[in-house]
Amino acid sequence: MARAQSPRRRLIATLAAWGVALTIFFPVLWMVLTSFKTEASAVAMPPELLSADWTLENYAEVWQRSDYPRFFWNSVVISIGSTLLGLAIAIPAAWSMAFVPGKRTKDLLMWMLSTKMMPAVAVLIPLYLVFQRIGLFDTKLGLILALMLMNLPIIIWMLYTYFKEIPAEILEAARMDGASLWSEIVYVLTPMALPGIASTMLLNIILAWNEAFWTITLTTTKAAPLSAFIASFSAPQGLFYAKLSAASAMAILPILILGWFSQKQLVRGLTFGAVK
Amino acid sequence: MKISHRALLGATVSLTLAGAALAETTITVATVNNGDMVRMQGLMDDFYAKHPDIKVEWVTLEENVLRQNVTTDIATGGGQYDVITIGTYEVPIWGKQGWLTSLNDLPADYDVDDLLPAIRGGLTVDGNLFASPFYGESSMVMYRKDLMEAAGLTMPDAPTWADIEKAAAAMTNRDAEINGICLRGKAGWGENMAFLTAMSNSFGARWFDENWNAQFDQPEWKATLDFYLNLMNQYGPPGASNNGFNENLTLFQQGKCGMWIDATVAASFVTGKDSTVADQVGFALAPDNGLGKRGNWLWAWSLAIPSSSDAQDAAKTFINWATNKDYLALVASKEGWANVPPGTRTSLYSNPEYANIPFAKMTIDSINAADPNAPTVKPVPYVGVQFVAIPEFQGLGTTVGEIFSAALAGQKTSDEALAEAQAAVTEEMKAAGYIQ
Repeated sequence: MARAQSPRRRLIATLAAWGVALTIFFPVLWMVLTSFKTEASAVAMPPELLSADWTLENYAEVWQRSDYPRFFWNSVVISIGSTLLGLAIAIPAAWSMAFVPGKRTKDLLMWMLSTKMMPAVAVLIPLYLVFQRIGLFDTKLGLILALMLMNLPIIIWMLYTYFKEIPAEILEAARMDGASLWSEIVYVLTPMALPGIASTMLLNIILAWNEAFWTITLTTTKAAPLSAFIASFSAPQGLFYAKLSAASAMAILPILILGWFSQKQLVRGLTFGAVK
Repeated sequence: MKISHRALLGATVSLTLAGAALAETTITVATVNNGDMVRMQGLMDDFYAKHPDIKVEWVTLEENVLRQNVTTDIATGGGQYDVITIGTYEVPIWGKQGWLTSLNDLPADYDVDDLLPAIRGGLTVDGNLFASPFYGESSMVMYRKDLMEAAGLTMPDAPTWADIEKAAAAMTNRDAEINGICLRGKAGWGENMAFLTAMSNSFGARWFDENWNAQFDQPEWKATLDFYLNLMNQYGPPGASNNGFNENLTLFQQGKCGMWIDATVAASFVTGKDSTVADQVGFALAPDNGLGKRGNWLWAWSLAIPSSSDAQDAAKTFINWATNKDYLALVASKEGWANVPPGTRTSLYSNPEYANIPFAKMTIDSINAADPNAPTVKPVPYVGVQFVAIPEFQGLGTTVGEIFSAALAGQKTSDEALAEAQAAVTEEMKAAGYIQ
């Protein structure tokens, strides 16, 4: 039976939740505020808030100096493309691991996860050379493949966890009713695991959107996404924090909006199967 | 069938235009984000008017990311970049490796003899100019004239370290949050070690003897580090071990530093619109200890062509435009002489209009005071004033920088730091095969 909460306890819990939320959100808030300050005001010590010099100049300059729409479009194609391709491979893989596991399935899952523990720079030169030789360097297709491979273990793991929550008997019943493997996955499994698939998709879009090592290393001008756009505003000499903040705000805004509108789906998917 | 002359003419023009469009060469230029480079991107209309057959695409990256990407590309012969922005440290190493194209055949109007000798020397390997300087810099003392005057002191044009210590002591006012001196403390081969290596030259120290033996166990390095730590602990800002160029720039602009010894390029920032002390800044040469060498460095951001580029001619055309005397005149006509990229050409400093810029003379004097081929008092087997132009230096410099930064943070003594640096450098030089 759920225990009734006293008003005082509820107040403390609410304040604590707000405290945690603000702590997490504060860097983003500070970045957005900095993006509207002058460079001098952005680095003033003690930090300025009410007395700051507010300006829109940083956004104007960032827009003028860079081809933002091109970077944005590249980010959209790369993050959505790599996620969809990853799902197309991961759904059958997770199905087989969840419903027809072999002796080594657990080992295989652990091995896949272990590839995430390897530092990316360890495979920099081989991947760089391969991409150059087969013409994938600085192409959106190349980045879609690279990011898909990078995130595939996470996608499979997440889907495997969701699929494990679905009773195998339901799939068996479908099979007894004459459903083919394709029909079983498309018409029975996928609709039941939709919240999990949706949250996996959203999380991977966010991961691909924010990826900065490969997207900067494997591109120059044609396929460079918003991570490269941000990197171009860091300066070794001279003040750049306000302009860098403006560029960062422009880069995260689309994904922030996506996250805001899909938060219900995201939370539902992430807590799927958490309570039995 | 009758074909009109007009139709023939139209077809000819169309074919010619199509041919011209097909002949267009695209070059990719990799660069860092700094004021001079951004300004050049804004002046590209002039280049396109003169060279309509060349299209330029820019890749602007943070300095370390650029270095990593360009190194990877060049080492693998990728050919993704046609023109790269390259520092004085890389040019001798990459030139020797055959990774860069010689620029000895640039057109006569490039006027190679007009390049500042110190800068040109640092970019030349075995008689080949492997990079064309876009802007050059040294380091110098920037100080607050009002604070010096209030302390009853006058800064000599060529101060000694004793002058600097005396001035720092006189200007420090902890109650008013004024630090007598601000120096780099953040760890890194291009951060605190750029400053400390240049400073050590004026104390007679060197990284290696003629046989590549590490020299951190010698009294010259002990004198350098002791002086630096004492100066910073007594008169420097709190948390100085985290301060690099930008942090010290911010402190100076906010009036919290009596002196700052750093890149000459900072002069335009401390006298610019973001500075609260813009009209109170004086300049002096980097200090010495009477040993014949000053504690100033020499650096240039230059443009080079990777040998893997398949658009060598177009790349040379671009470099000639961007680093020619005419480009300096173009910037001056559009943005004023104060915004001309400094430190590359003799003719700029003999220009009476440029001589009116307050920091022009001190910049050229500082650059001329540095010799990358004989950086310190004793002979050395390497090239470079604030670095050692060997591939291992990035790692070595950063390791030693971390040790010295920890000493500044009070985590170890000067003796401990020097012993640790000596051991680390010796081990690495053995592993690299320089010594047995």
